Amino acid sequence: MNKIVSRKNLSEHVVKIDIEAPLIAKKRKAGHFVIVRIGEKGERIPLTISSADPERGIITLIVQKVGVTSHKLSALKEGDFITDVVGPLGKATHIEKVGTVLCAGGGVGIAPLLPIVEEMHKAGNRIITVLAARSRELIILEDEMRAHSDEVIIMTDDGSYGKKGLVTNGMEEVIRKEKIDMAITIGPAIMMKYCALLTKKYNIPTVASLNTIMVDGTGMCGACRVSINGETKFVCVDGPEFDAHAVNFDEMLLRLGGYREEERIAYESYLKTL
Amino acid sequence: MNNHPDYLKECREQEWRVELRKSMKAKERTALERVKMPEHEPEVRSRDHREVNIGLSEEQAVVEAKRCLDCADPTCISGCPVGINIPAFIKNIERGAFLESARVLKETNTLPAVCGRVCPQEVQCEEACFYARKLHLLPVAIGNLERFAADYERNSGKISIPETEKSNGIKVAIIGSGPAGLAAAADMARLGYSVTVFEALHELGGVLKYGIPEFRLPNEIVDVEIDNLKKMGVSFHTNFVVGKTADLDDLRKEGYRAFFIGSGAGLPRFMNIPGENYIGIFSSNEYLTRVNLMNAAKEEYDTPVLFGRKVAVIGGGNTAMDSVRTARRLGAEKAMIIYRRTEEEMPARKEEIKHAREEGIEFHMLSNPVEYFADQNGRVNRMRIQKMKLGEPDSSGRRRPIPIEGSEYDTEVDLVVVSVGVSPNPLIPSSVKELEVTRWGTLVVDKESMQTNIPELFAGGDIVRGGATVILAMGDGRKAAAGMHKTITDNVLNKK
Ligand SMILES: Cc1cc2nc3c(=O)[nH]c(=O)nc-3n(C[C@H](O)[C@H](O)[C@H](O)COP(=O)(O)OP(=O)(O)OC[C@H]3O[C@@H](n4cnc5c(N)ncnc54)[C@H](O)[C@@H]3O)c2cc1C
Ligand code: FES
Repeated sequence: MNKIVSRKNLSEHVVKIDIEAPLIAKKRKAGHFVIVRIGEKGERIPLTISSADPERGIITLIVQKVGVTSHKLSALKEGDFITDVVGPLGKATHIEKVGTVLCAGGGVGIAPLLPIVEEMHKAGNRIITVLAARSRELIILEDEMRAHSDEVIIMTDDGSYGKKGLVTNGMEEVIRKEKIDMAITIGPAIMMKYCALLTKKYNIPTVASLNTIMVDGTGMCGACRVSINGETKFVCVDGPEFDAHAVNFDEMLLRLGGYREEERIAYESYLKTL
Repeated sequence: MNNHPDYLKECREQEWRVELRKSMKAKERTALERVKMPEHEPEVRSRDHREVNIGLSEEQAVVEAKRCLDCADPTCISGCPVGINIPAFIKNIERGAFLESARVLKETNTLPAVCGRVCPQEVQCEEACFYARKLHLLPVAIGNLERFAADYERNSGKISIPETEKSNGIKVAIIGSGPAGLAAAADMARLGYSVTVFEALHELGGVLKYGIPEFRLPNEIVDVEIDNLKKMGVSFHTNFVVGKTADLDDLRKEGYRAFFIGSGAGLPRFMNIPGENYIGIFSSNEYLTRVNLMNAAKEEYDTPVLFGRKVAVIGGGNTAMDSVRTARRLGAEKAMIIYRRTEEEMPARKEEIKHAREEGIEFHMLSNPVEYFADQNGRVNRMRIQKMKLGEPDSSGRRRPIPIEGSEYDTEVDLVVVSVGVSPNPLIPSSVKELEVTRWGTLVVDKESMQTNIPELFAGGDIVRGGATVILAMGDGRKAAAGMHKTITDNVLNKK
């Protein structure tokens, strides 16, 4: 049981939650995630640790309401307890000074991108961040991103904020303008697929952080498996970050849809109970 | 830990046992038929998750116990990996001393209610029974009797909590709460150590909880054992992945003096054939974890699981049987085992194969999948199977399956469970660089003390053996506890 020490709405659909988890806070590095479960009947879902304060023993999660569990989690109040929090899991991001790094975060991917941007910036890289979402309300953490980026470009599908267009439009503009040594992309699988295609065209080494379905998060079940260069890997232990050009995104997209119908039914019946 | 021959003899010469032996002629004993384990009807049980075996009644247990000849040279004991004093516990059942019988079991077996249900008795004690070896009759139902005595004790409410020695204040850490870890924890607690068990999942029990289904091993039985450990002062930390949440060095700094690694063989293997990542293809670990640990099949639980009408399970072990019978219970009209050798080579317990057949499971022997196909949504809808024949025996002594070219055929499926084995959990080996591992990823230990190449680290169970059995894991845990105790006494206590 882990206590929620504070929570804040970042937008209508996104909350920031600080949780008491002293051991995890101590061990956590950028790129790590936790698995949480809400209630004895809850499911186990992975969430990236957005930041941590080892002194206070606190980790911060940023949660977007997309399904039953994220909804339940964002409905919890200060002082409430989360049934299970386990971590830090996965491999930490490889932080290194490479030069100029183009970081692309879309929608739900913006939150997990933040700690990586932060660390890569601290390591002395020039950081250009492209944040993309459907519309203005879904652009989150802009100030935090600005604090750790040399430049921030905002893209919205509907043009309600920043420039109108896709994340790849923003990226390509940057790539044409200056030499990019590395790219990092986090977001919906379909977005990462197109980011990878783009950077492949320009031969820019690219890392993608994959958000597959997980159960245990410790390498025990294979629910999270993906094909990397034709080889099966487990995202929870071998990842979550992989060479974006080696990921079979089409297969990943199919697998992510594996429970779409079950999830839709569960979410709708959950919303009815509210 | 094994019973010394002199001790066994001494027990056998106790007055009551001598009397009991004389009370019935050997001929009368051997004339008795093996008591059948009462079970729920296949049509009924394959629709829910109730335990298949009902258990022997007191009368039935006593009759079965009478069959045991209380041999002067009890070969059954040598068939038991932990050397349970089998005639002694059985003769106690015969004389109606059921609680005493349970006590005898617990001298060597920490988890008799579990082992009575899941041990492969037909290749262990029962195979070595005088009836089977010399009389060519059905062996004494040692497993069923073990279960009876353990259940009797649990249901009596008089379960004995082992006495613990005065606390010595020395902290030891047990990593993993499967049978290996639980057994090591019990013995260390008994010796007066301050024991903490660390478990990665949110539930305790390892495979006993997340793997073996309710219809074969009810969770309640495992929970009672865990409660007893708590009463003995063992503390449990769930959601704690050693190597991630904290590593061994952190725990050392917290004052832990010795460690037992019982982290199991949790890494599922796949076959790496085309289409294996389609939707609806699970590892048995994922399938069973969803259903057993996460209760995915129950509506009020959040975790989803896919239901199949035509289900193929690849493999011939206990895990495969558990998966296919689970699929049946979740409504599969056609539930098949696809195995590349023949029934004779199947590693599953005989009773599970029998139960599976009764429940209408189809067995496709000498068959091996080579490819999967899917619909436009990526959901598996067909698999290609190749026929096999048996060749020369391989290193495991089993005849090697050889593919028959051109024998491929397709069959419709909408759910596939791959159950072709597991590898050791790499989390700990990879977080402790100096630890010696084999090329299969198992830990190297001294066979007697279960000590690894790092003196304060001990290990046992599947992390040492690869996928093995509950009884071997439990036995390892106990050996390791003895080894730890000896090392600590030699190093720490003597220096004081
Ligand atoms: C479906 C199935 C059916 C089976 N049926 C039978 C049967 O009928 N009879 C039989 O004898 N055997 C059977 N077996 C095999 C038997 O269950 C195992 O041999 C036995 O459980 C091994 O025990 P263990 O304690 O070594 O490991 P496990 O039971 O695997 O327990 C290991 C525990 O350690 C935890 N862990 C792993 N890494 C860490 C870490 N870094 N930090 C903290 N915790 C960690 C895991 O989460 C797990 O709970 C079956 C196995 C399966 C999967
Ligand atoms: S989530 Fe189970 S193996 Fe990755």
